[in-house]
Amino acid sequence: MRPSGIIAIGASWGGVHAVSAVLAGLPGDLPVPIVIAQHRGEESPTGLAATLGRRTAIRVVEATDKDASQPGHAYLAPPGYHLLVEQGSLSLSTGEPARFSRPSIDVLFDSVAYAYGEEAVGVILTGASDDGAEGLERIHRHGGITVVQEPATAARRTMPDAALAASGAHRILALDEIAPFLVKVCEED
Amino acid sequence: MADDRQPVRRRDLEAVEIDLLAEGIYDAYGFDFRQYSRPSFRRRVWRRVEAEGLTSISGLLERVLHNPSAMQRLLSDLSVNVSAMFRDPGFFRVFRAKVVPQLRTYPFLRVWNAGCATGEETLSAAILFKEEGLYDRTRIYATDMNDAILDQARSRSYPIAKMQEYTANYIQAGGTRSFSEYYVADGDRVVFQPGLAENIVFAQHNLVTDRSFNEFHVIMCRNVMIYFDRDLQEHVHKLLYESLTPFGVLGLGSRESLEFSGHRDAYEAMDDTERLYRKIA
Repeated sequence: MRPSGIIAIGASWGGVHAVSAVLAGLPGDLPVPIVIAQHRGEESPTGLAATLGRRTAIRVVEATDKDASQPGHAYLAPPGYHLLVEQGSLSLSTGEPARFSRPSIDVLFDSVAYAYGEEAVGVILTGASDDGAEGLERIHRHGGITVVQEPATAARRTMPDAALAASGAHRILALDEIAPFLVKVCEED
Repeated sequence: MADDRQPVRRRDLEAVEIDLLAEGIYDAYGFDFRQYSRPSFRRRVWRRVEAEGLTSISGLLERVLHNPSAMQRLLSDLSVNVSAMFRDPGFFRVFRAKVVPQLRTYPFLRVWNAGCATGEETLSAAILFKEEGLYDRTRIYATDMNDAILDQARSRSYPIAKMQEYTANYIQAGGTRSFSEYYVADGDRVVFQPGLAENIVFAQHNLVTDRSFNEFHVIMCRNVMIYFDRDLQEHVHKLLYESLTPFGVLGLGSRESLEFSGHRDAYEAMDDTERLYRKIA
């Protein structure tokens, strides 16, 4: 994947542990940015970025509107906002929740698919929701690479199952296999 | 002689259609979405395409050009800023603690709630000013580009199902009364007291195409500019800057930043976390 690419991660129930495990396996000099939609309540404390950043060399921050998306950084959708991307930058929306979720994984992934096409990697992790299935299908259809956590290894398998039912995936991986795969994809052109 | 070769598109078709839609709306109706932030604009446009039973953005362009009521529906999609009363309670708590003392020193107060949509934030401000004893000398100008949405704001009517969330927000925001004193139930809706709207002026104003219309001591423009691209944000920041009195206070949404703005140095942050800025230059 070229440096013009992006990795998008969607997670819900059990996601804080799963996202943290994936980030822990990634190097600080990852050549692409990461965007994350983790379902969370609107009043949830803003300490999630710090929690997720504790075990990784990736710089994890809560997204601010119109932030430039930089390599080696992970941008977390703030509670109560949708996170969307353009080539090289982020934007936020307070539009209606999608599938009862704001942030919504579908909304993020759809913008990723449109803005990055083949240069996108979409990852669906654990969750008790079907959010993300449609978004991952969009990434797939626009030529991106799709990864789904092996449902049997997920804290909640509903979300990985829904994603697989919608579009399958290029890789179905156990949690600890995901980061090495992402590193490998980044090394390939 | 037939030629089998087909023209090759040199640009993504959807990007072309979105440009045409924004240009067409501007030309025909004067609403300027040309510098709206593309990801959100695109998402909202597609929602309207689907709601109209259409399959493409150019199909929507044709419909809104020929059918003003379809334009009104699209306008509502594009202007609804889904808000809540006392959204981000910390903002209002800090407003009470750090902005209100300054406001007490003025004999008359003008507040602008720019992009008020359905009015949740305007009413929140009215309640806060009442409780702080400032409301009688305050005039709140609540503006939006969409006339139809202003009618909703004027009605002060909201779903009763929202009151639990709003009450929790109100308490966290430092509310000093019982929140239910402010409204009466009416079926599955509630209507907020007419007294809260006594000093509110609802008016149509478009941040993109209209000019400054007064000088204000406080401007709240929260989660409105997130729908604009950076150039348009800068244009609006200039408008807001010019509309503030010296030491006037600007309130932004919790994930908006002045960092990218050329007016950054004209303000000082009034709090470490909440987006309240005082005009100092």
